[in-house]
Amino acid sequence: MSAATLVLDRVDKIYNVGGARPVHAVRAMSLELSPGEIGALLGSSGCGKTSTLRMVAGFEEVTHGSIALAGRPIQAEPPARRNVAMAFEGYSLYPPLTVRDNIAFALKSQRIDAAQVERRVAEVAALLEIEDILGRHPSSLSGGQQQRAGLARALVRDAALHLLDEPMGQLEPRLRAVLRGRLKHYIKERGLTVVLVTHDQTEANALADRIAVMEDGELQQFATPATLRDRPANRFVGAFIGEPPMNLLPAEARAEGQGVVFDLSRDARLSYAPGEVTAPVRDVVLERGRVIIGVRPHAIRLSDAGFSARIVANQWIGDQSHVAASFSGGSVVVVQHERVAARSGERIGLAVEARDLHVFDADSGVAVAHGEAPA
Amino acid sequence: MQHQSTFERVLRGVLIALVLVFFMFPIVWILLMSFQTNEQILRIPPSLLFEPTLENYRALITGRLETHAGTLDIRFMQNLWNSLILSVFSVALALVLGVPAAYAFARFRFRLGEDIAFTLLSFRFAPPLLVLLPLTLYFQDLGLSDTYVGLVWVYQLICLPLILWIVRGYFEDMSPDIEHAYRTAGHGWLTTFRRISIPLTAPGIAAAGLLAFIFAWNNFIFALVLASADKQPVTVGALAFVTASGIQYGQIAAAIVLSITPTLALALYAQRYLVEGLSLGAVKG
Repeated sequence: MSAATLVLDRVDKIYNVGGARPVHAVRAMSLELSPGEIGALLGSSGCGKTSTLRMVAGFEEVTHGSIALAGRPIQAEPPARRNVAMAFEGYSLYPPLTVRDNIAFALKSQRIDAAQVERRVAEVAALLEIEDILGRHPSSLSGGQQQRAGLARALVRDAALHLLDEPMGQLEPRLRAVLRGRLKHYIKERGLTVVLVTHDQTEANALADRIAVMEDGELQQFATPATLRDRPANRFVGAFIGEPPMNLLPAEARAEGQGVVFDLSRDARLSYAPGEVTAPVRDVVLERGRVIIGVRPHAIRLSDAGFSARIVANQWIGDQSHVAASFSGGSVVVVQHERVAARSGERIGLAVEARDLHVFDADSGVAVAHGEAPA
Repeated sequence: MQHQSTFERVLRGVLIALVLVFFMFPIVWILLMSFQTNEQILRIPPSLLFEPTLENYRALITGRLETHAGTLDIRFMQNLWNSLILSVFSVALALVLGVPAAYAFARFRFRLGEDIAFTLLSFRFAPPLLVLLPLTLYFQDLGLSDTYVGLVWVYQLICLPLILWIVRGYFEDMSPDIEHAYRTAGHGWLTTFRRISIPLTAPGIAAAGLLAFIFAWNNFIFALVLASADKQPVTVGALAFVTASGIQYGQIAAAIVLSITPTLALALYAQRYLVEGLSLGAVKG
């Protein structure tokens, strides 16, 4: 069977239902993945991403809601009948079998002919650079080798859906970087539908077509990497995506003639002339009044046009300057691609272009506007 | 270890020899006794030089013991057979019941699960006499006293907790994701249990089974109270050698040698299997 659509409809996972301390691990999670699409579940540990994956695989019961694969509800089906392949975070290879037999295992039990099994195992082994360990047993392998063997065992299968739980966590950085590209090519070439669980943004960005950012059991936003970066749905996503994290500054927005002023504190403000901020953005921002401004560290310019701050730390980290500065309204991190000469204790002027502004509601944290358009 | 002086090596050899003598001496002495007559055994001072006789073994195997006080019927072979039946069936039943139960306790959290598991374990530290008196009465009512079925049932008090708790630990050590991997590859729950869970914990199951067998084999008190002569295992049967006309040391020694043979053989056989199993699962995860 070929790749299929995965639909999660308001899925809830509550551990210890009816017990003394029920844990609501996943809340009303809805998302849809098209055939051949790679979706990543991204979040810190305990955000519910692995629980979601295990519900799709069938190792955890779905408390409420439904999961459909290729239009067929599967939440009540046993794992064997869901037609999914999974790579486990703990590898979970069969200890008595060699790596080759581990990878070929599912194919052999589907009665695929030996020559084809051999060819497909060789193909996936070449992809993951494990040809030299095919004859060995899992107990003699390093964590990285076991992880790749486990990944190969999942990728080699024809399944409607492939689930990859932290598939590269144990690999060294160079290999990880190389494999990401190749893995994506392999997946796209075969048109596999993939759900990837990771806490590594770089991995999610590099592999996934769309990323589901999760926090505290709730889906925050499910969008392409570019959308997550440019139009985060709320302040959590804004701060979570990107390194160093987005600066979040509480501000009071008010009109000044046809322009807009954001008061960050008594003596720090960002003011924009008429035309700098588009009319629709001006309207929604002024309607809110109290907002939180999000600015990416890379988007802050050194300029006397904005507000002044005192440098707390200034580090050149090889290819960019990381400057931490504090002012009466809080502190900011600025990243510059050229070396910043100023020392700690000195004052610098900071400014932000209107198109680099993200504005969030002060209470709910929901995005109000991004750059030139309302959210 | 490379830089060891001659003195250290000699000292180590002597110490190992001492330990070996300490532990092996009683066994060797029993073996020697089993080839001597009662007179030779009771000779003072004892001598290592004697004319070996197979008389003791002959008496045990034929079941007739000729002494100067007359002939004595001994049913040693019947006892040995009883021991074998009781131990084998007890362990088999305990494995059939205990392994799935151990799996359930290891994998699923259910209401009162821990309490049930602990209650089963507590059978191991309750003194047998605590349950024997009521059991005797019940068994007489149920017609179970002096039957193999009844004894095998009571032997579950010995075997079941042992197997349950040891095997549970092995199941807990095995990552459930190995089973999950097998299940996503298109296999049902039961097949997974049979093809993955059991083979991967086989060394543990074998160890628990062996231990349970030894405990069952060595049991004395349950069989003493609940079984009559024709169902008695060797442990109880050995009492027959303490006769009014004296203790038959030679036959006792021969009986001991015969009765430890099956356990020893089983242990040696299983040991090979255990080592093999352990080397397969040596590195987990």
